[in-house]
Amino acid sequence: MDFLNSIILLTNFIIVPGITYGSQLALGAIGVTLIYGVLRFANFAYGDLMAFGTMIVILVTWYLQSKGISFGLLPTALIALPVGILFTIAVSLFFDKTVFEYYREKKSNPVTFIVVSLGIMFVLNAVVRIIIGPNDINFMDGHKFIMKAREFKQLTGLNEGLAIKSTQVITLITTIITCALLFYFLNKTKTGKSMRAYSDNEDLALLSGIDPKRIVLLTWVIVSILATVAGTLYGLDKSFKPFTYFNNLLPIFAATIVGGIGNPLGAFYGGFLIAFSEIALTYAYKKFFKYLMPESLEPSTLIQFISTDYKFAISFAILIIVLIFRPNGIFKGKVI
Amino acid sequence: MYFSANNLTGGYGGVNIIEDCSFKVNLGEIVSILGPNGAGKSTAMKAMLGILSLNSGDVLLNGQDITKIKTQDRIKLGISFVPQIKNIFTELSVKENLEMGAFLFDENIDNKIDEMFTLFPILKEKRNQIAGELSGGQRQQVAIARALMTNPKVLMLDEPTAGVSPVIMEELFQHILNIKKQNIAVLMVEQNARQALEISDRGYILVTGKNAYEGKGDYLLKDKEIRKAFLGG
Repeated sequence: MDFLNSIILLTNFIIVPGITYGSQLALGAIGVTLIYGVLRFANFAYGDLMAFGTMIVILVTWYLQSKGISFGLLPTALIALPVGILFTIAVSLFFDKTVFEYYREKKSNPVTFIVVSLGIMFVLNAVVRIIIGPNDINFMDGHKFIMKAREFKQLTGLNEGLAIKSTQVITLITTIITCALLFYFLNKTKTGKSMRAYSDNEDLALLSGIDPKRIVLLTWVIVSILATVAGTLYGLDKSFKPFTYFNNLLPIFAATIVGGIGNPLGAFYGGFLIAFSEIALTYAYKKFFKYLMPESLEPSTLIQFISTDYKFAISFAILIIVLIFRPNGIFKGKVI
Repeated sequence: MYFSANNLTGGYGGVNIIEDCSFKVNLGEIVSILGPNGAGKSTAMKAMLGILSLNSGDVLLNGQDITKIKTQDRIKLGISFVPQIKNIFTELSVKENLEMGAFLFDENIDNKIDEMFTLFPILKEKRNQIAGELSGGQRQQVAIARALMTNPKVLMLDEPTAGVSPVIMEELFQHILNIKKQNIAVLMVEQNARQALEISDRGYILVTGKNAYEGKGDYLLKDKEIRKAFLGG
């Protein structure tokens, strides 16, 4: 019984949140890695692009709610998602045409691109705060829990409860669908293969007749979809606050680099690795050991590796360890 | 002549690397461009591809002046190029490399790929392997096959045998002879001058950016002065 309780405890506090957070990071990291692979720079505006997309989704959600439209048990935001994606694509293409294209044609070095993307980050950040404000916004509606802790306890007779929020299930399912579609596109379709070819060897892609303008356009479209989906899922699961999206840039970049930058599958695994490290290392294991150990050995401290306040330090530490020992990532990526 | 470059002069940043160079190649012919290091062999090839801008001279394909046409559009007209380095997609499978070669064409890709597999049997065996994991000689075969996928009339090779063993070199030259049989004009830059001339119909020897000698392959091989200066005795 104690053993089962301890397992449920870990599932409830580490595995379920880890899968959810990991999915959100994975989607974000795939976006960053695609930009790096095709356009060859680290896009610091990515977090705020996610915030922008989510903001549009929230605005449309509010509009739909005011018209009395809902999605039944599911959050209304899912209906608003396509509109958010379209706006995000428009914004990405706008910045590409007005800013990035100029530096691309000048063949500027990657550092210039990073600084340019920082500028766009500030612009997007300001736009989002001006339109929707800096405060916390909860836009989740529909059915909140698939399984409540209390219900689980009654159902199983265990001491520990297992709560599963519907946003967690939605996150997982959406991530699986999005990634399946993306990897099918990249590996099986002609256009997807040409994107990989361009990322692998730009000059040879030109010699094969692949049109770089089309590849760049396509990359921004895909990346905007990923950013809006990841941002909306994160906002539904937690809440929407523009600053959190900026903050999430660190774990997203860590996931990207851990997975081997430019390698989408690596970014996917990297997202989960960072998410689970962050959650597992900030969790207090006192109760877990209480179940498993005899009373005399009961731990006196919280057995928490690091306080949750320092969770970003974990991404940072992993990032540095990987850069020192495996600069091209755990999965093969480009050397930075 | 099917493909000809006449009196090319050009270079980088105002300095002419090639001066008044001319090359001609006909369908079903192998022509080699030889010469010492720094003679401008690869630059001449880039000039013919439109990668390098010319100060003077013109490039004709089947009578059509293509001097002003962009590199990418020259590919569509039937000129294909195998660079010396970075000439395959290392992260893609062998088959995907071939598919990318045929990017501009929609029909009969599978037939074309089968044709390549007949020409380069080893690629059929390795078709699902990541190209970057292949040996040097196999990578060169992928590179050449990728270039042939564009259905070229003119195939340009920049040092196809650089860095491979003599045995592999023989094998690659054999493949190039088979390509010639398909009525394709083959133009190649080579370091292995003697072996290249042996399979070439004609050759050009470039010295400091200028045409120094030209002639039939066996003629250049036999000429005492040329042997002494460029072919190592």
